[in-house]
Amino acid sequence: MSLSQKLSDDLNQRILPLTLPKNNNKKRCEALKRIKAMGLPSRRDEYWKYTNPRLFNDLFSNKNHVLGSDDKLNFDSIGCFKLIFNDGVFDQSSSDSLEGEELELTQISDFSGDTAKWLEAFYGSLEEAGQHPINRPLAKLNTAFATDGLAIRVTGEITKPINIVYNETSNRSDVNLHHCIKLEAGSSLTLIESGSVSTRLNKVTELEVAQDSSFHHVCAQTNNLDKIVSTHLFARLWENSVLKSFTLTTNGALTRNEHVVELKGNNGVSHLAAACIGEGRFHHDDTVFVTHEGTDCESRQVFKKVLKKGAFGIFQGKILVKPGAQKTDGYQISQSLLLDDDSQFLAKPELEIYADDVVCSHGSTSGAIDEEGLFYLRARGVPEDTAKDLLILAFLAEALAEIEDTNISELLLTYLERSL
Amino acid sequence: MLKITNLKVELEEESKEILKGINLEIESGSVHAIMGPNGSGKSTLSYVLSGKKGYKVTNGEVELAGEPILELEPEERAASGLFLAFQYPVEIPGVGNMTFLRTAMNSQRKFRGEAELSAADFLKLVREKAKELKIDAEMLKRPVNVGFSGGEKKRNEILQMALLEPKMCVLDETDSGLDVDAMKLVADGVNALRDKGRSFLVITHYQRLLDHIKPDFVHIMADGRIIKSGGPELALQVENNGYSDLLAEVQ
Ligand SMILES: Nc1ncnc2c1ncn2[C@@H]1O[C@H](COP(=O)(O)OP(=O)(O)OP(=O)(O)O)[C@@H](O)[C@H]1O
Ligand SMILES: [Mg+2]
Repeated sequence: MSLSQKLSDDLNQRILPLTLPKNNNKKRCEALKRIKAMGLPSRRDEYWKYTNPRLFNDLFSNKNHVLGSDDKLNFDSIGCFKLIFNDGVFDQSSSDSLEGEELELTQISDFSGDTAKWLEAFYGSLEEAGQHPINRPLAKLNTAFATDGLAIRVTGEITKPINIVYNETSNRSDVNLHHCIKLEAGSSLTLIESGSVSTRLNKVTELEVAQDSSFHHVCAQTNNLDKIVSTHLFARLWENSVLKSFTLTTNGALTRNEHVVELKGNNGVSHLAAACIGEGRFHHDDTVFVTHEGTDCESRQVFKKVLKKGAFGIFQGKILVKPGAQKTDGYQISQSLLLDDDSQFLAKPELEIYADDVVCSHGSTSGAIDEEGLFYLRARGVPEDTAKDLLILAFLAEALAEIEDTNISELLLTYLERSL
Repeated sequence: MLKITNLKVELEEESKEILKGINLEIESGSVHAIMGPNGSGKSTLSYVLSGKKGYKVTNGEVELAGEPILELEPEERAASGLFLAFQYPVEIPGVGNMTFLRTAMNSQRKFRGEAELSAADFLKLVREKAKELKIDAEMLKRPVNVGFSGGEKKRNEILQMALLEPKMCVLDETDSGLDVDAMKLVADGVNALRDKGRSFLVITHYQRLLDHIKPDFVHIMADGRIIKSGGPELALQVENNGYSDLLAEVQ
């Protein structure tokens, strides 16, 4: 059997139990055609060398999974509009009303030609743009088969953060979730996502931030050990717009978070940050691609991983500065703190620059707990475990500092202190 | 308060003997000074006392207030009242000085079975002590020792000592890097803590600190041994003549 035959068989098997939803049908048919041509990710792909996609590719097995909804991280103290999902399905009746706010909210699954006209063109378009120059098959699969998700069009300043709360009640869920978010000129929104969606999750978020708008995003992936999670954020930023996205991951078996950002307008700002802590059978992959097209844009990537008991961390981060993207200011740092010799971190930072007047820096480090610092703390009476926790939190601090709202970062810090 | 008996110490990684039989007894309420050439083992002694890894005690015993401490973890020694002001205070990026101080104080209190300090009481105490040492509030907000000047780091050590109120204070070259005024501040800080229940071991190269902190005894350390002990006049002798006479005397 030829390789291409095998890939196509794998794909057919993977999509066999799935049905193509009726909504956005034209886009979905296109996506299906594309995914059939591209095939599922394989370890031969340049960006899947270090992460085995098998758990994403396999038929979903629902054996022996544990629900992951009883962790205590909630954002109630921040004061948010709460939108509730149960097992990946939007629960409108349990969700807060957004009436009076300058936004339109629809469900992807509700979409018909009459509601949310913008969605027809929007759905799948940023994801498709993100397929070049590198294929992202899981996102394509998602666009074809996503069963639910929110379409949010923001036209002004939203007064409180929106908190999407994912509840998990079934331990046999395999969910494809797809959000579309469009910020019109001069608008702003803070979006917090929290909770564990499902045993296996494939989530795609398409985001467009128009001129003079800002989008703040905090995603808390607080999982338990079994979770298999793939997420993609496809973001397009126009002039003077701001994107700040922070992701926290604790545990999970396999997590791959991809961020694909295009800075299309001048003076755009894109800050991506993530902190993760995992142990044992924990494989965490951050794959980032930031394209600078406009001039005078600033992009930052701050990725930190704390790995123990044989956990595995990957960072693949590319900054592409296109011709003409002058005065680009790019900063990238990826670091891991390895708490034992069994844990591993691999980083693949890439810079590709076609403009001459730019400042780009990137760095990657991997290290153990600083023994000098540890002794200093202990010599002041701090017990070894507490001292280590302090140093771990200190290591993550630079990533948490990327969160604009300090109420949110403090809440996450308190959560981390508790969970260490 | 502190009793060191025939203490011999090697480096863990290479079998190189650094301390070659130290004997020293420090009574409660007294101040002892140690002087000695570079590399004679003064800092090593202070590290071994506080329980740093990397050293192997091959012989001898150390007692703090009658209890042997060599088997204790560094944090247990600290909670038992031992304090080392580091020759080179460590920078800890990402850990706020206030968090550090509060965690240290409360850890020690917890260890001793005392109630933790409330946030308000802690803040009041820190502000008061910091003011006495002319440490400004901005510095307290920064990460531990990060970006502190040499002198600021040393003052931060004394602040920690003032807050933790240890019984046995070991000061390793706390005077080095201090300007004249800062030295006076630090000495005042130390003198304010002098008490019949508290002892000091002051490691220094200079007589000047000892003008401010009057020692009861002065010891000269060379090549891992205490080669001579005496009163404050010994420090003056070193200041005037260096170590060569003393070294020659022993040989
Ligand atoms: N970890 C180590 N590895 C190698 N050598 C060491 C180590 N620690 C101490 N030494 C050696 O032990 C000797 C004593 O060092 P120590 O720092 O105790 O001296 P000191 O008396 O404090 O000197 P100074 O006055 O310069 O501070 C030196 O020769 C030093 O090089
Ligand atoms: Mg020394």
